[in-house]
Amino acid sequence: MSKSVLNADNISVKFGGLVAVDDVSFDIPTGGVVSLIGPNGAGKTTFFNVLTGLYKPTSGSVTFDGLDITAKPPHKIAQAGVARTFQNIRLFGLMTAEENVMVAMHSHLKAGIISTVLGTRKQRAEEKESKQTARELLDFVGIGATADQFARNLSYGDQRRLEVARALALRPKVLLLDEPTAGMNPQESQTFVDFVYRVRDQKDVSILLIEHDMSVVMKVSERITVLDRGQKIAEGTPAEIKSNKRVIEAYLGKSAESGK
Amino acid sequence: MRATLRRNKGSNKNVKSNKSFDQRKWVRGFSVAAILTWIFYAFIYDILPDIVQSFFQKWFPVSSANESMVWIICALGLNIVVGYAGLLDLGFVAFWAIGGYTAGWFMSDMFHQTNFHFASVAPLTINGIHISFWIVLLIGAAIAALFGVLIGAPTLRLKSDYLALVTLGFGEIIPQFIKNGENIAGFNLTNGSKGISPVDQIGIFGKKLGPFDDDWKYLILVCLAALMVYISLRIRSGRLGRAWLAIREDELAASMMGVPLMSTKLSAYAVGAMSGGVAGVAYAAYIGTVSADRFDFAISITLLAMVVLGGMGNVWGVILGALAISWVNSKGLPEIGNTINGALGTQINFPSYNFLLFGLVLILMMLFKREGLLPESRLKQILHETDDETSNTGGH
Repeated sequence: MSKSVLNADNISVKFGGLVAVDDVSFDIPTGGVVSLIGPNGAGKTTFFNVLTGLYKPTSGSVTFDGLDITAKPPHKIAQAGVARTFQNIRLFGLMTAEENVMVAMHSHLKAGIISTVLGTRKQRAEEKESKQTARELLDFVGIGATADQFARNLSYGDQRRLEVARALALRPKVLLLDEPTAGMNPQESQTFVDFVYRVRDQKDVSILLIEHDMSVVMKVSERITVLDRGQKIAEGTPAEIKSNKRVIEAYLGKSAESGK
Repeated sequence: MRATLRRNKGSNKNVKSNKSFDQRKWVRGFSVAAILTWIFYAFIYDILPDIVQSFFQKWFPVSSANESMVWIICALGLNIVVGYAGLLDLGFVAFWAIGGYTAGWFMSDMFHQTNFHFASVAPLTINGIHISFWIVLLIGAAIAALFGVLIGAPTLRLKSDYLALVTLGFGEIIPQFIKNGENIAGFNLTNGSKGISPVDQIGIFGKKLGPFDDDWKYLILVCLAALMVYISLRIRSGRLGRAWLAIREDELAASMMGVPLMSTKLSAYAVGAMSGGVAGVAYAAYIGTVSADRFDFAISITLLAMVVLGGMGNVWGVILGALAISWVNSKGLPEIGNTINGALGTQINFPSYNFLLFGLVLILMMLFKREGLLPESRLKQILHETDDETSNTGGH
């Protein structure tokens, strides 16, 4: 677990005068499940967006699998093997669940315009195979029965699962989950913990979560990093984080601490 | 129409099987209608009694069928850009013009300083470049696609409204360029506002089609339209079509799933432009002339109206829209006008009100049937669902 698949070194993001992320270093160990937590506005999602190429960091660099991916365009980073889900689900609403998954296979497929129009044997075989893979992924996340439904017609929980299936279709090495349990009830959140481990073990990915639900975070994470106002204030195992003074301060405020 | 809509609605549960079934039925319907129309004009029409002949001559002449085929080809191209990839293009006429002038350059005595003939039906004694219609179709498609990429590369970085504005600009620039292109550093490239005439006739199986071989030309044009339908459907169901739709649905998510935005959008532009080019060549060869003032903004808008009226994203809807609007434009409005004027003794110039009519139709459509006459089942969904379901998916 000493080797890491993704390193972010001294990342800073400034929006005008606002420092959203301030000199944060962070890495995702190979095969690990780690979390990024922090109060609202701590810069978690901004940090996520730097990792996936949506924002260019003001300074600092991101290395993935030995490759510098700082400020590479999002599709390049995705193709390299960094997949993500979104805090507020962003599926392709008017495409079927199966098509949603197949979109993420775009970079693995080779068919060009001409072979598609002609329907060459190779193109048809490729289509068939990708359909099959899509079905398998949908089965894997447990929504195989919805393959032909429009993504927007799926239930909320199924949409969350579909996002994971879609991200996995990229065959990523790292999976970034942005508040995956938002809107889930406690029971669903608990099954989610098992799900995360199943994904890691069977799909061979390292996982980074942003999560608000502390019971989930404490259960699922092997290591937790805490951001507050753009700065990294703590890092450690769940037990360490639970008893860390600065973390408690950040979440409950200084007054709560002193009033204890 | 009602039945179709209901069938689409029922198909949500098992979209896949029903969709391909539907598709096949439509393909069959289109082919049968196309062939029957050809048989009618080529064989049956001539043996009909005079009164029936004159009825068809007045309301449904084969020339207007031919013209609508050209519109269909072009509208299907625009549908790829607007309906599939969701990129609003207000200057599509540019590609039609480029196709038209390609025909003008390679199928006429425009460049009379040279004399190059290749598989053309034009007599060898005429100077200029004369290449077979079929090859020029390919050249026109290629040049238009190239221009699609050239225009797209700088503009596609823009989003929605801005993109629309810039395409509008290009749609104006190209006709202007053509109008003023008779003296480019001493070289006459476009023959200015006089246009290029005559464009060579179409040759098929060694036969040279004359100006009155409209039924043969119909056959050629309808085959080209069918080809465009086929291309649209094939690409839509493949890797690229999925990427286009994904971009239409959520550009950011698409890029995060490894879809390269620029090249995917560019390919939509190129394929769309290509069919604009094909339409341009076909039209120029069909009417035997190209003239600069035909290619104005109104064409772009008419094409867009066809796509929107018919149902964005659905090739069958677009065909329906193109047929309806091109008929109203070429025959419906003038003839209805004549009938009314004749009955009431008035002197109203009905065709001049066509944009009033289109505007009205578009407004009514947007109010009551935003998804078009024959929508893609997907779009119908998003436009006719209650808000509580959309709120599910978060703020976008």
